This record gives sequence, structure tokens and C-alpha cells, in this order.
Amino acid sequence: MNNGTHLPASNEPGTLYRNPGGRRKRHAIDRLMNFVCCGSTALLALMVALVLYYVAAEGLASISWKFLVHLPRPVGVPGGGMGNGILGSIIMVLMGSALGISVGVPVGIYLAEYGNGNTGNSIRFLTEVMNGIPTIVSGVVVYWLVVVPMHTFSAYAGAIALAIIMLPLVSRATEVAVRQVPQSWREASIALGATPARTIWSVVTPGARTGIITGALLAVARIAGETAPLLFTSFGNDVQWPTHLGMATAGLPLQIFVYAMSPYSEWKSQAWAGAFVLVMGLLLLNVVVRAFAGRSAISMQG
Amino acid sequence: MTTAQDPSKTRRRRVLPGGLSTGQRFHLFEWTLVAFAFSIVLVTVLTLFILFKGAWPAIVRYGPAFVVHQYWDPVSEHFGALTYIFGTIVTSALALLFSVGVSICAALYLAEMAPRWLRAPFSFVVELLAAVPSVVYGLWGLLVMAPWLYRYIESPLNSLFPRFPLFGGTPRATSLFTAGVLLAIMISPFITAVSRDVILSASRTLKEGSIGLGATHWEAIWTLILPASSRGIFGAVVLGLGRAMGETMAVTMVVGNTPQIKASLFAPGYTLGSVLVNEFTEASIPIYLSALMELGLLLFAVSVLMNAAARILVGRMAR
Repeated sequence: MNNGTHLPASNEPGTLYRNPGGRRKRHAIDRLMNFVCCGSTALLALMVALVLYYVAAEGLASISWKFLVHLPRPVGVPGGGMGNGILGSIIMVLMGSALGISVGVPVGIYLAEYGNGNTGNSIRFLTEVMNGIPTIVSGVVVYWLVVVPMHTFSAYAGAIALAIIMLPLVSRATEVAVRQVPQSWREASIALGATPARTIWSVVTPGARTGIITGALLAVARIAGETAPLLFTSFGNDVQWPTHLGMATAGLPLQIFVYAMSPYSEWKSQAWAGAFVLVMGLLLLNVVVRAFAGRSAISMQG
Repeated sequence: MTTAQDPSKTRRRRVLPGGLSTGQRFHLFEWTLVAFAFSIVLVTVLTLFILFKGAWPAIVRYGPAFVVHQYWDPVSEHFGALTYIFGTIVTSALALLFSVGVSICAALYLAEMAPRWLRAPFSFVVELLAAVPSVVYGLWGLLVMAPWLYRYIESPLNSLFPRFPLFGGTPRATSLFTAGVLLAIMISPFITAVSRDVILSASRTLKEGSIGLGATHWEAIWTLILPASSRGIFGAVVLGLGRAMGETMAVTMVVGNTPQIKASLFAPGYTLGSVLVNEFTEASIPIYLSALMELGLLLFAVSVLMNAAARILVGRMAR
């Protein structure tokens, strides 16, 4: 935004805000637009309310203890659940987050500390490109990278796909947080004789800790709800608990998808229950993060 | 937004480029950071390489005709992506149509008009809308919104204007229209959030001056704030469009998954992402898989273009 250079189309003195309709009309337009914009915001809020209301109402109606701890059962057999999907999701999200955070944070630190040149700009651009890649495409890529060589769908593949989606989110959040650390801290540290490595390790990173953790947790929340990257990597599993990492593994979002698309009403209510569990988990994570960070962090979200 | 996180403010405050680029020799620690940074290059290059390698047989065999042919018939090994491209474009265009006005108005409200005590809760609500996973939107869209749209919008419009091609045919609950509306709901919070940040970073002083000269609040917004942030808002819209085109799961659940090109918005359709979801693990012959990979490559190319354009418009960190 070129600050200070914007002038209204007609900048001749005296014509600026002269309106043929007069004062009353101008203020009416002002009130009308205020109303329209308020209404738009209210419409978005209404949408949130509608989605959450249905997830809560339908989910609470069909959730039970058995749902949380049982394997899926065939249609018509009561008492089935998504226990394996919940467990599988937790496993893959934890593995994916470990990978995504341990790679993403150093990338962010590099971009903040050494990334002002051409190399840094190119890598930053690539992280932004990566962030825009549709998640289904990441799933396809990991299918060729991991599933085909291993000859099996696996939790590893699912976790890697999730980590790839997480990588740009974590690195951007880290970069923003590290850049918030005052430059004088670095100068003080260097002046005291610390090497740049020591400065980053003991001064910059601790100073940026809150921002990094906030960004990382938001990224975890983001990948926990992802379905598309799991389709061709962990594939889903309706009959087994995840007993080892090299097997096709169920994921909660995957099961919600399959059950929602099924023609059976009992499966649809199970999909609602699954959505309830998923949304509650994510909301909890989001609320915790925001309380922890104490501020809005939307600009770091995907 | 008076947070320490506001990137635009950071940029303004920093006189020096900042960071530790001291020009001295890199040691093990620095080289480790560089290695991690290059993992990004590796992943991007691998993605591009795998997509190209997988799509290559189809690219060679069908050439540019792939994107203009309509028929997708694995049995006779005849593949054309036009149906899916059509579905992707129509659903994303509908999504933009329904979301742009509302999102920009909401962004203006959150940044400029809302009473202070309302801003934080409203912003939180918009962020919640962005945090809901797409499969949950799909579930809600399929089981709640689609029947509602069918009963209260599609059927009445269809019977009022039976000859108008966009509303003609036999309306269906799962249709391009339904997918467009659901996508609009999904990308609105995103466009709103990015636009709000852009508007907040526009100059305050001119607005205050113009109000001091007797402009109404809306006139100040219309003549100063909006022109100053129009570029960034346009970028936000392009980002939203990129999202809408790349969105897969929710669309798959409500678009009807029927490969056809019909004039009617109320007819079911198919999109690039949906066909990948439904057919990728079922592709039995190599050329079929290759054609699917080419769809993936198309999706990748479109999203990269959208994102690059949006970055240039919004500016580097201001999102």
C-alpha cells in the first residue's frame, strides 16, 4: 500500500465530499453500509453457529462410550465405533507433527536470520508455493514416494503426507516469531562474544518460543482435520486396530468421509459422532492455543 | 489489531534487514540450517518431478487435446479432462460469486466499523469457521445444506424459470450449485481474514483527515481505505480462488460426482480433485493412472499460479 499517496478521484478543493443528495442522503448511505457490513459479518457468524449446532446436536445424539473404544462393525450390528480411527489419527498426527516441526522450525529460523538474500527469498517463495498445493496432490506424491516402494499403505506414509502439509505452516510461523525478537538482543549477544550459533540457540529461539509454539500447535490442529492426504497413504482400515506402523491405518477424518458417503443412516449418524469428536478436539486445541498466546493468530494459518 | 504479531507493522519498524546475516563464515550450525532450508527445495522439486514423471505417458499420448476432450473412458483408454476442468471452474466461480461481497464487507466491518468490544469475538468466530476441517463441512453440506438448498432454492427457481438454462433440467440436491455454496462458506473466512489484515495495514491518517474534513465514515472507507487496500484485497480473493480450486473432500461429498457438462447449475458435476479421490486407487492400467496424474499436475499448476499471483498482490508477509 503506497501510504499517503492515495487521493480521492476528485481532489479539487471543495468538491471532495459534496454530494448532490445532501447531508441526509450521505448519512443514510453511511448507515446503510454499516448495516450491510454488519449483516455480512453476522451471516458468517450464523454459518459457524449452524455448522457447530448440527455437529453438536447430531453428534451428541449418536456418540457413546462404545463409539470411542470399539472397532467399526458391519451395518446392522450395533455397537460399532471409530476407536481405531481415533487412535490412528492420534498416531499419525503425532508422527507427522514431530517430523513437520523438527524440519519446519530450523527452516523458519534460517529464513528469519539468513533469509534476506536471493536464496532466502527463493526458499520463502517455495514455502508459499508448497502451502498452496492442494492436499490431495501431496497425497498422490507421497503415494509414489513411500507407498509404492514399501508395497503397502502405512501410517508412515500418512504421517509423511501430513508433515509435508505442515512444513510451510510451521516455517512461516517460526519466521514471523523469530523476526519479532528485537535486533538489539542479537547485537548484545554478539557483543558479549557469543557466536551466531550460540546467539540463535540461547537468545533468539527462547525469545521467539511463544510464537513458535503457537504456530506449531495451530499447524497440528490444521493437519489433524486433513482427509485428502490420507486417502492414498494410510488408506484407512475398517477391521483392525493399528498394531504397527507399516500397515494400512484408519484415520478419523477418513472414516467420517466414508461413513458420510454411505447410504446407511446408522453410518451417517456415526459420521456425525466422528465429526463431533474431531471438531471438539480441534476447538479445544484452538482455544488452548489462543489462551496461551493471548492474541489472534489467524495470519499464520494456512 | 494491536498485536505484536502484525507482520506489516514489523516490516515498517525494521530499518535494517535484520537477522544475523553477518557476512562471516558459515560453520556447522549455519550449514545445518541451510540443509534444512533446502529440504523445502527438495520437497517442491520432488513433487514436480513425480507429477511430471507420472503424467508423462499421458502427456505424450494425448498431448494438448487432453484438456479439451470431454470423454473419460478407461475401458477404451480415451481420456479427456474437460468435464473435470469445467466442474472445477464452475464451482470455484460460484464460490467467488457468493463469497467475495460478503467477505469484503465482513472484513471492513471487523477492521473499521465494529465497536471495539465486538471485534475480538467476531474475529474469533471467523477464525473458527476457518478451523473446521473440510470433511466436516462436507458432512454438513451433504446431510444438512444440500437437502435445504434443494427444497428452498433449487426447486423453486427451477419451477419459476423452467426455460432458463442455468436453472433448467432436473434439480438435484448434490449439484455444482451446492458445491459452489459450500465452497463459498469455506473460503469466506479465509478471504475475510486476509482482507482484514490488509485493510488494517492501510494508512490511518488519511482516513482521520477525511473524517475531520466532514466525510462520513463510509465515504472515508470508500474513497480512501478501499482504494489503498484494493490490491491486497484482490490478492486475498485470488488466494481464496486458489483454495476453492484445490479443495477436494467437501466438494467430492456434495458435487454429485457425475462426469457431464450441462448448462444447468443444478445438475451434478465432477471436479479435478474429486476424480482423483474416487479413481486414483482404482486405476487398473498404467495409462489410466498416468491420466489421473496429469489431472494432479493440472491442479498443481493452477494452484501454484494462483498462489504466486496472490503473493505478488498481497505482499510477502501480509497474510
